[in-house]
Amino acid sequence: MAFYSTSEFKPGMKVLLDGAPCSIVENEFVKPGKGQAFNRVRLRNLQNGRMWERTFKSGESLEGADVMDMDMQYLYTDGEFWHFMKTDGSFEQLAAGADVLGDSKDWLKEEDSYIVTLWNDVPIAVTPPNFIILEVVETDPGIKGDTATGGTKPAKVSTGAVVKVPLFISVGDVLKIDTRTGTYVSRAQ
Amino acid sequence: MRDEDWRPTCSVETLLARSQTLASIRAFFSAHGVLEVDTPVLSHTTVTDPSIESLSLLDAGERRYLQTSPEYQMKRLLAAGAPSMVRIGPVFRAEESGRLHNPEFTMVEWYRLGFDLPQLMDEVAALVDLVLGKQHCRTVTYHHLLHEGAGIDAFQSSTVDLVAALARLGVELSPGAAGDRRALLDLLVTHVIDALGAGRVFITDYPADQAALARLVQDSEGRSVAARFELIIDGVEVANGYDELVDPDVMERRMSTDLEMRRDAGRDEPAHDSRLLAAMRYGLPRCSGVALGFDRLMMRKLGAARIEEVMPFGIARA
Repeated sequence: MAFYSTSEFKPGMKVLLDGAPCSIVENEFVKPGKGQAFNRVRLRNLQNGRMWERTFKSGESLEGADVMDMDMQYLYTDGEFWHFMKTDGSFEQLAAGADVLGDSKDWLKEEDSYIVTLWNDVPIAVTPPNFIILEVVETDPGIKGDTATGGTKPAKVSTGAVVKVPLFISVGDVLKIDTRTGTYVSRAQ
Repeated sequence: MRDEDWRPTCSVETLLARSQTLASIRAFFSAHGVLEVDTPVLSHTTVTDPSIESLSLLDAGERRYLQTSPEYQMKRLLAAGAPSMVRIGPVFRAEESGRLHNPEFTMVEWYRLGFDLPQLMDEVAALVDLVLGKQHCRTVTYHHLLHEGAGIDAFQSSTVDLVAALARLGVELSPGAAGDRRALLDLLVTHVIDALGAGRVFITDYPADQAALARLVQDSEGRSVAARFELIIDGVEVANGYDELVDPDVMERRMSTDLEMRRDAGRDEPAHDSRLLAAMRYGLPRCSGVALGFDRLMMRKLGAARIEEVMPFGIARA
């Protein structure tokens, strides 16, 4: 892979830091008028999602990371691995473990499309779509017509995740959920 | 090219504010009896400062430099008998681009014959009051700033102390950034200045190895310090001033030291500016001088987050 100098760092660039693939979030040039130049760089570790901040002397470089995002369809889980298939017509399949899925495991719906991040062709992260449509499988009985009180209750959806929902929601309702915050948006029908 | 790339990086209102502020600055200097001069942007030589990179070009096969500051030329004018003077215009710094940096920017630089540093600081504060509104400006020494802000002795601390002080401020260094004492001190200062928050602060009495073109004096503790100040406004460096070094032999030694540092760092080694040295040998009168970043002052005035927001065309669209 190519090496990139601090002056080339741009948000979204994928680089290797301490052996881990990272995405550059922010690159701030810092220099006293009569002093040496530095770059304060914020990066997201793509393996665990953690933010890192690192200060480089301007002109230092990092090796680029062979990272790509791919749209893949979720197929099934065998309990240990979660299996995805490429949507480019190749039908090629990849398996990802629980550590790779992280919180995305709560939002896996068969045949839906996910972004699988590959590093050297190995999955390192799975990102669900921002909004997902899921059916309620378990919740206290709905209170008909109660759309005004603003109270909430827990509801379990088909993927196993538990979401806070308004009181009028019943089992069998189909919900639109924001996967970034894990919150109820609206009924989907 | 994106469709919107032809557009200026500042608004039309900002153009008006720039123009009005420049006019009020010119009126300020005129009222103070300071002569406005023009100096060339393109010159045969450039600064030897180890942390300033010049842009250069070839004209008919001859190397020419875009000036990083009008300092050398203004000092030659002073040696030739010119009175206190100001120059308002563009300067250039290579490899400097960011939120607070643009490779080309507008500098207000002025020299005051017979002024000592406190007199010049008063004048800088008055000019800033004029542009930004009146506000108290406090003064701290470099030593005090780092002692209070980072718990270290700027004159005694080792690289290990400095790395530890940076770690306490949450700064993680790449291996390449952790080695050089002077660089660590520069970095630590940027973090301590950040933490100063809102307000106007003069930092004075810089360590002797950061004197650049300032005279050395003794501070109250008997340490050799540079008769130099910087003005920080809301955590951003806006001006840098010196009680000017007038001794040509000391000047020549500093240039040689600069060039050694540049060689060690693998940087270009521009020739000594023999015309500046000749002017200083002829006789540079005692004076104090300061360079003020006009664009950064406008950022403070207009509350802009990025320098290109106060320029007609930041470098990305220049």
